[in-house]
Amino acid sequence: MRVMIMGCGRTGAALAGELSAEGHDVLVLDVDPAAFRFLPDEFKGQKEVGNGIDLDVLRKVGIDTMDVFVSATRGDNRNVMAAQIAKHVFGVKVVASRVFDPLREEMYRNLGLRTINPTRVQARRLKRVIEAQTDEAARSVVAEFMQQDGMV
Amino acid sequence: MTVSRAGMYIIVVGGGKVGFHLAKELVEASHEVLVIEQDPEKAAEIQEELGDIVMSGDGCEATVLDKAGTSRADMLLAVTGDDEDNLVACQVAKERFNVARTVARINNPKNEEIFRVLNVDITVSATSAIMAHIEPELPTHRLTTLTKLGGAGLEIVELRIPDDSRVAGKRIREVLLPYQSMILLVVSEDGLPKVPSADTMVSPGDVVVAVTLQESENALREALLLPPPARSF
Repeated sequence: MRVMIMGCGRTGAALAGELSAEGHDVLVLDVDPAAFRFLPDEFKGQKEVGNGIDLDVLRKVGIDTMDVFVSATRGDNRNVMAAQIAKHVFGVKVVASRVFDPLREEMYRNLGLRTINPTRVQARRLKRVIEAQTDEAARSVVAEFMQQDGMV
Repeated sequence: MTVSRAGMYIIVVGGGKVGFHLAKELVEASHEVLVIEQDPEKAAEIQEELGDIVMSGDGCEATVLDKAGTSRADMLLAVTGDDEDNLVACQVAKERFNVARTVARINNPKNEEIFRVLNVDITVSATSAIMAHIEPELPTHRLTTLTKLGGAGLEIVELRIPDDSRVAGKRIREVLLPYQSMILLVVSEDGLPKVPSADTMVSPGDVVVAVTLQESENALREALLLPPPARSF
C-alpha cells in the first residue's frame, strides 16, 4: 500500500522504516529536512520537505494516491488538522494520528479519526518502573512491556 | 456590525493584536468577554489594559475551555496566528461545549473551504480581504468576489468586460453562462447600474455583477472575459 507519514521524528521515522521494510510504498513529509536523519539507512521510500497542513503541498506530493495517511508531528493541532484534510478533503481511506492531549485525542476519536494517545500508557509504565523494588526488577518490568509490544 | 444585543458571553482565543483589539471593541459594546492567551506575559499586558478579562492558558485544551465557562458562551472567536490552533479551538468549543457560533481567523485562504467542511461557522481571512481589494487592479484577476452566500457555495462576483471580450456587443440572451450563474446587474462606464433584461447589451468597460457557484468561477471568467474562440478552417 501507499503510505504518507507526516512528521519524521523518532516515531514517524521508526514507522516509516518498519513499513518500508515490509515492502510498502512510503512517503515521509517533514518541514525540516534534518529530520530525515532519524530514518534507518535501509529506508527505500520517498522523502519530501513541506508542511502537511498546506493543501498545495499535500496535492503536490500526491495525497490523492495514498491508501494511508499518518500524522505524527509534535503538534496535536497540526496532526488532527492534517488528518481531517486527508480524510474529508482527499478521501484517504485509512487515516491515523498521534495526539498527546488525552482529552483532544478522545474527542477526535469520537469524531471518527483513528487516534492514539501515548501519554497515559507511558505514565503508567513509568510508574511501574519506579515502583519496582530493585533495578533488576525494573529491567524485567521493561522486558515484560517489550514482550507485550511484540518487540522481542 | 449589529452586535447591539448586550449580555453575550464571548470567548476570544489568542491575545495577539487581533484578539486584543477585538476584546476591547466587544467590551466597549458591553459584552462579557474572556481572552485566553497562552503567553502569561502577554496575558498580563492585556489584563493591565483591559482589566480582569484574561485567562492564561491553551485555548485548545478542553480543561482550559471548561474553566473558562465555555459551555455558557454564545460565541468563540479563535484568532491566534496559527490556522491549526484556530481550527481545533473552534472544534473543541463546538463538539465538547456546544458553542452555537464559532469564528476562526485564517491565514491561508485555501483553508476556508476546509474549515467550512469541518463545521467552523465563520472564517475570516485577512489575505482574502486584501486580495479582494487589489484584485480589480491586477491584470490577471478581473473577477472579484464581492460576497459569499452562506454554505451553498454561491457567491456574488464582479467582472469588468474587456475590449476584446467575446460578449462585448452581445445581448444578455446570447451570453452562455455556466451552471448556476446569472447576471444580476450591468453597470455601464458612466456608473449607472441596470438590472438587465434579455435584450440588454453588454459593452466593453461595463462592470457585470453576477451570482455564481464557486466551482463555476473559472468558467464564468472564460464566458465573459476571454476573446471569441479562434475559428478553425
